[in-house]
Amino acid sequence: MSRLVRALAAVSMAAFVALPLASVAQQPAPAPAAPASPGPTPGPGAVSVPFADPYPSTYVPFASQATLIRNATILTAAGPTIRNGSVLIRNGKIAAVGANIGTPADLVLVIDARGKYVTPGIVDIHSHLGDYPAPGMQAHSDGNEATNPNTANVWAEHSVWPQDPQFPRALAGGVTTLQVLPGSANLIGGRSAVLKVVPARTVQAMKFPGARYGLKMACGENPKRVYAQRGPSTRMGNMAGYRAAWIAAEGYKRRWDAWNASHKGDPPPRDLTMETMAEALRGDIYVHMHCYRADEMAQVIDMSHEFGYKVRAFHHAIEAYKIADLLAKEGIVVTMWADWGGFKMEALDSVRANIGLVDAAGARATIHSDDPSGIQRLNQEVGKAMFAAKRAGLPVTEDVAIKWMTINPAYALGLDDRIGSLESGKNADIVLWDGDPFSVYTHAEKVFVDGALLFDRDDPKQNWRTDFELGYVRSAVRK
Amino acid sequence: MNVRVVILAALAAVLGAAAAAGAETIAITGATVYPVSGPKIPNGTVVIRDGRIIAVGANVAIPAGARRIDARGKIVTPGFINAQTQLGLVEVGGERSTRNSSGRGLVNADFRPWEGFFSGSAYIASAREDGVTTVGIFPTGGLVAGQAAAMDLADGTAAEMVRKAPVGVVATIQTGPRFTSDVDENTAGDANTANGGELSAPPASRADALAALRELLADARFYATRHDKYDAGALRGLIASARALDALLPVVQGREPLIVEANRVDDIDAMVRFARAERIRLVIAGGAEAWKIAPRIAAAHVAVLTGAMNNIPETFDRLNQRQENAAILRRAGVEVALVGNEGGGADEETFNVRNVKYEAGNAVAYGMSHDDALRAVTLAPATILGIADRVGSLAPGKDANVVVWSGDPFEFSTSVEHVFVRGREYRDRSRQDQLIERYRKLPRTNN
Repeated sequence: MSRLVRALAAVSMAAFVALPLASVAQQPAPAPAAPASPGPTPGPGAVSVPFADPYPSTYVPFASQATLIRNATILTAAGPTIRNGSVLIRNGKIAAVGANIGTPADLVLVIDARGKYVTPGIVDIHSHLGDYPAPGMQAHSDGNEATNPNTANVWAEHSVWPQDPQFPRALAGGVTTLQVLPGSANLIGGRSAVLKVVPARTVQAMKFPGARYGLKMACGENPKRVYAQRGPSTRMGNMAGYRAAWIAAEGYKRRWDAWNASHKGDPPPRDLTMETMAEALRGDIYVHMHCYRADEMAQVIDMSHEFGYKVRAFHHAIEAYKIADLLAKEGIVVTMWADWGGFKMEALDSVRANIGLVDAAGARATIHSDDPSGIQRLNQEVGKAMFAAKRAGLPVTEDVAIKWMTINPAYALGLDDRIGSLESGKNADIVLWDGDPFSVYTHAEKVFVDGALLFDRDDPKQNWRTDFELGYVRSAVRK
Repeated sequence: MNVRVVILAALAAVLGAAAAAGAETIAITGATVYPVSGPKIPNGTVVIRDGRIIAVGANVAIPAGARRIDARGKIVTPGFINAQTQLGLVEVGGERSTRNSSGRGLVNADFRPWEGFFSGSAYIASAREDGVTTVGIFPTGGLVAGQAAAMDLADGTAAEMVRKAPVGVVATIQTGPRFTSDVDENTAGDANTANGGELSAPPASRADALAALRELLADARFYATRHDKYDAGALRGLIASARALDALLPVVQGREPLIVEANRVDDIDAMVRFARAERIRLVIAGGAEAWKIAPRIAAAHVAVLTGAMNNIPETFDRLNQRQENAAILRRAGVEVALVGNEGGGADEETFNVRNVKYEAGNAVAYGMSHDDALRAVTLAPATILGIADRVGSLAPGKDANVVVWSGDPFEFSTSVEHVFVRGREYRDRSRQDQLIERYRKLPRTNN
């Protein structure tokens, strides 16, 4: 049976048969099943509760084999490079990593990786795949609900088209987990979706089990340009808009926390916008804030103190190097491009050493793509950033740089206990590179997701092709 | 001192400075030299004097008094050329006031964007310090965007930076939003030219665009011999302004290429046939699906400007876009210049004109030989832009646009160690370098 057929079979299982095991691990929604006092029992969709998960993941890992990759240079993102090392994959997990782990007798697949590199799967926390799918056209423009400055009520997953041909291309670039965000037209753009980069018929089957939602917010030029005619039209208008929303959300959270504690009387009216923001105030949803300028990031940090929430990550953060000390002190993840800038005034001060300078100051630095082409070459982007940092006199090594595309973005999603590094017990999201991943000439050769080989450069016929590509694209990812 | 004396003194100072810079004799020794026009030279020497290359080879006598640059273990190449950019035409893409790449109409064959080039662009130094010494600048918008030019990244005013202008007339066969952002694609064709008269709306379809191009060339020929009648008001309506038709004359006479943006294989094929029928020189820009008819493009001696970093079926014109495109074309014998085609911050954008070297690296990763990739960012673009007699290769008599690299020019680990434009070494730091220097050590105080 071909891998593709197996993959499709697994998808069917996930959708119709199997109870998704992973959902057991999710925090249960404390639905008001046993009201403490008499009164109306609202349907579950009528109440606003923490950790509610009405569109749960149906992902089930694809079939995997006991696999040993040996004689590889291993960048673990958890310690020093292992030369001539091995990685053992069993039951979809990393069973062992090291220089001397032996060769178990029950192996199905042994890969000799002499001259090759092994890294964790890449994690991209800023993508619009599925929401701005290819081909790009009006019918596919599903990434910006630019109808109100605050659309915390929208969920990116409700726009994701699983047949976006950009997904298999991201996988071929070694990306195994990504966060799809709403665009930056709005001050508060909506919920993110954290997805596994796997073939699926539904977005639910791509959703990373148990991953927290993110809330996309945006600083600066984009929202003020989009709403110039009806406001906000200035940076001070932006700030006033966020603050008004947080004030409202705080009241909403207070009313619902009280009702959830007592279940007395009618529940307060449910409001999707406020619900998402209340979850951000509770810390259940991570705030991901698009912000370019140093001075604006500093304002947003003050605002987070004003309302008692945390900014989990600043995105784009063109000027992060100017306040790297502050970002380190606040424990905020910073996610950046290697060298894109200049396209608007707030992007003018982009420098290639940004990631290195932020890392050197002690903040968690990560690469991101925000681009369907760039997502295929995040290893190259990290290469650019690493050598730029060296040229700026920073003592960056490959062991540090590998974190910028693996464990640090995994931390930004709250998934660093499951993915992002090569350590025993973690999910076997693994990339085998045909050379140094920070060379312009290197390709991802094999990509494993939960131990399943889902991309193989040497076996193009088996690789994932989306429905759209059939009959239209005759040159899909191939050697 | 009267005004004339002041001007003469200033002129003398400028010329003196230029002469001093150019008069220096420099010998780059011990490097692996890639002349591109010939095989690589291990342990080679390049001698520069008066702005020109005077010697290239393994056994070259070094002139007395020459400044020597010991380049053992280094690589020397011609300065890189990014043939299709907006450098100096668009400084901050999001700010209209900094955009100077478009003419005002649909047929802007007479639009000369280099006259509005911004010599103060921050990205001249950043491109140069990454090894780019010449760029092609392309107008945008309309059916015929205007004339392209080649600019050297040397100090000077816009006019002084011109390497050659024009180098061709830029048009598109694509329809819809590729025209100017000010034109609503839904109105395309509603008010198209009818029974003579100027084109007043974008073509409604690709065949309509092809028809309009055909009519443009016909009217350019027609008008060329009837200026008197036109001046007397006795000529039928023309599809474009007299100025635009005049500007198309070098194209219909085969003196300059028509550079046409086309991506779908059918559009590329249609343009190749069109060029043969019209007896014009053609360059294809974009060329996403060109690989499908690579031998035919080679046989027609049509050059292609394309990239190696896009495999996304972005539109129905580019469904079969792939990263191997440039390599397949080159293997078939097509003259290929590598330019940015990635979108989202790649080297087609002003900020990253410098990254054309990584386009070349990716071309190698997707099947092009290293030698061909080097040619595709030096001699090939020079040939396509019509400046190969002066730049794009290392040979005695050529202008000294030369780069010394610490290693493989296409690798992220490599740095540019010396860069010469017209024989002058540039050591200035880009705006970005200055920002890094300012913030490399953060202030101790909290302000």
